[in-house]
Amino acid sequence: MAKNTAAKKQNPLSSLLHSQMMIPLVALALLLVFNLIMDPTFFRITLGTNSDGNPVLSGNLISALNNGSELAILAIGMTLVTAASGGQDISVGATIAISGSAMLRVLCGTESSPSSLAAPIILGFLVAVLAGMLCGAFNGILVATFRIQPMIATLILYTAGRSIAAWINNNQLPIVPGKAFTYFGGFIPGIPMPTPFLIAVLCIIVIALVMKFTNLGLYIQSVGINENAAKLNGLKPAFIKILSFVILGVCVAVAALIKCSRTSTINYSVVAQNIEMDAILAVALGGNNLGGGKFNIWASVVAAYVIQLLTTTLYKFKVSSDALPAYKAVVVILLIVFSSPVVKEKLSQISKRRKAAAKEVG
Amino acid sequence: MKRKLMAVLCVSAMTMGLMSGATIASAEEDVITVGIINNDPNESGYRTANVADFEKVFGEDNENGYETSFFYSLENEEQIQAAEGFITDEVDYLLISAADTTGWDDVLESAQEMGITVILFDRMLDADEELYAAAVVSDMSEEGVTAVNWMTEQGLDEYNIIHIQGVMGSDAQIGRTTALDEAVEANDTWNYVVQQSADWSAETAQEIVQSVIDAGDSFNVIYAENDDMAKGAVAALDAAGITHGVDGDVIVMGFDCNQWALEELLAGNWNYDGQCNPFQADTINEIIQQLEAGEELEEKVIYSVEVGFDATTITQEDVDNYGI
Repeated sequence: MAKNTAAKKQNPLSSLLHSQMMIPLVALALLLVFNLIMDPTFFRITLGTNSDGNPVLSGNLISALNNGSELAILAIGMTLVTAASGGQDISVGATIAISGSAMLRVLCGTESSPSSLAAPIILGFLVAVLAGMLCGAFNGILVATFRIQPMIATLILYTAGRSIAAWINNNQLPIVPGKAFTYFGGFIPGIPMPTPFLIAVLCIIVIALVMKFTNLGLYIQSVGINENAAKLNGLKPAFIKILSFVILGVCVAVAALIKCSRTSTINYSVVAQNIEMDAILAVALGGNNLGGGKFNIWASVVAAYVIQLLTTTLYKFKVSSDALPAYKAVVVILLIVFSSPVVKEKLSQISKRRKAAAKEVG
Repeated sequence: MKRKLMAVLCVSAMTMGLMSGATIASAEEDVITVGIINNDPNESGYRTANVADFEKVFGEDNENGYETSFFYSLENEEQIQAAEGFITDEVDYLLISAADTTGWDDVLESAQEMGITVILFDRMLDADEELYAAAVVSDMSEEGVTAVNWMTEQGLDEYNIIHIQGVMGSDAQIGRTTALDEAVEANDTWNYVVQQSADWSAETAQEIVQSVIDAGDSFNVIYAENDDMAKGAVAALDAAGITHGVDGDVIVMGFDCNQWALEELLAGNWNYDGQCNPFQADTINEIIQQLEAGEELEEKVIYSVEVGFDATTITQEDVDNYGI
């Protein structure tokens, strides 16, 4: 962000137009302005107490940050996969079911509603991470080693994942006992911000550190732009691609922890339904090239929260359930068209012409 | 591609079934062959219980002398294909819980031509009633009526309702919505604060209730069309510190009678849970025994008995008997 504002001073309009951040930020601004005009109470945030007597913040903005967190976390991994492989993973919803199911299997043992935890939560989470990474590695190997189109490769787990998840728990829908597990999808006593948002921030910090102190970003980008050139420069494209899928697998496990914690249980057929489409949309809306190469994780993350803010807005205005997807589609079409290279080109041409005209007058 | 693969798999599965069915049938004369078409057991807790019930009565090692093939899918077309397969197998009985209510006429007619007895379970079909021998089904609209009657009995001054619907167009959603819609239409003191679909998902239900709380609207009833969504709604109430259940500010209503949901009722956290009876296998077993003995059936359509539970009167015994 700091870099952005510095660049803005030199050449405000065109640098902003060329910044990948622009599209999600403009979308965010539009949504906020719309809400401000329609009903300013949208922005009201109140500090209350939950039923355990702990302080919690509530309000539409807090809800959007809360509910959009899983999507933001997935968007991190999805951006890397898109950049490295030039394709998308459509199995994330199903793999959330798998790693969530594995986690609950560890936490609940074989009982469907045990009276106490069968294992510490951290162990359950580690197993979920392992399951997520395995699914990621499976997808990654199909894509990188067997050179299958990412969408087809991940179609396998997309189709079979939810059945596998059900099989892990023998078709039971286990319920995790105790308050401690609910903190991850709710509130930690004493901290009024929703935990999912804190977890998302943590993930963003971790990936930012990785990007800063390793060459992972550069490697992924070069593999995505030109695999052969990357190979000639001593990179292992197959390894980089598999790695990006494994990182997405970790993101999936974190999202699964939040999802399961929200209700202390899992429903294999509906958990995180269609989230893969929203995750891909976040990547696209973040201005990333869906064909691989250059990428900007932060733009995807902002885009993920924009998508959630749109949903929150539609709920706020009580749009009827039948019409909800249609409204969403209209907004998505507008955003995607607006962010397409053709329209961007036109916009920057207009701004150049204006500048030229201004000079002549001056 | 996926379709083709599925088709190939189906065909091979059916051929296998045909071969094994044929060998067993010739070995034992008095075996009754049954083909059961049901929805995916992972659809919900209700379906899991339903499938388990049928596997107990008709599945492997059953004591009733049935040789049964099962087919599970949420896709109507796949179900119809499977039914055609069972008809080619010449099963004695074909039991169907259809994903969609329409499109079954041709299959049922060819079953009739082959002399196969069709029995519907769980859900009705849009077909001529000559085409099936019996139906053991849930009356979804009756479930809604029972729930709405219970609401009326509570005698609240005002009903400000958050209505969380299931997947739009499903039999359960239509049945459970219709009764409430009519009541809200008929009474001035009954209002919808919001009416939205959460697609049976607990998280979406949580989000919907959260948005109502964020908007500062007041409400005193949550009518969720299944237990999962009621659970999600309650999670949102808890986060906002709003009391619910017996002696609470908000009445919480669910459907399906999952074991854990009835325990919430017993603990007084929820107020009402409507039953959706998944146990039809025993009744169908009796029907088949009657037909085999050449007896006439008294009733063609049998509605499963379904009750609603109130948190103030529910007992541990109810939880054990009716929980699924």
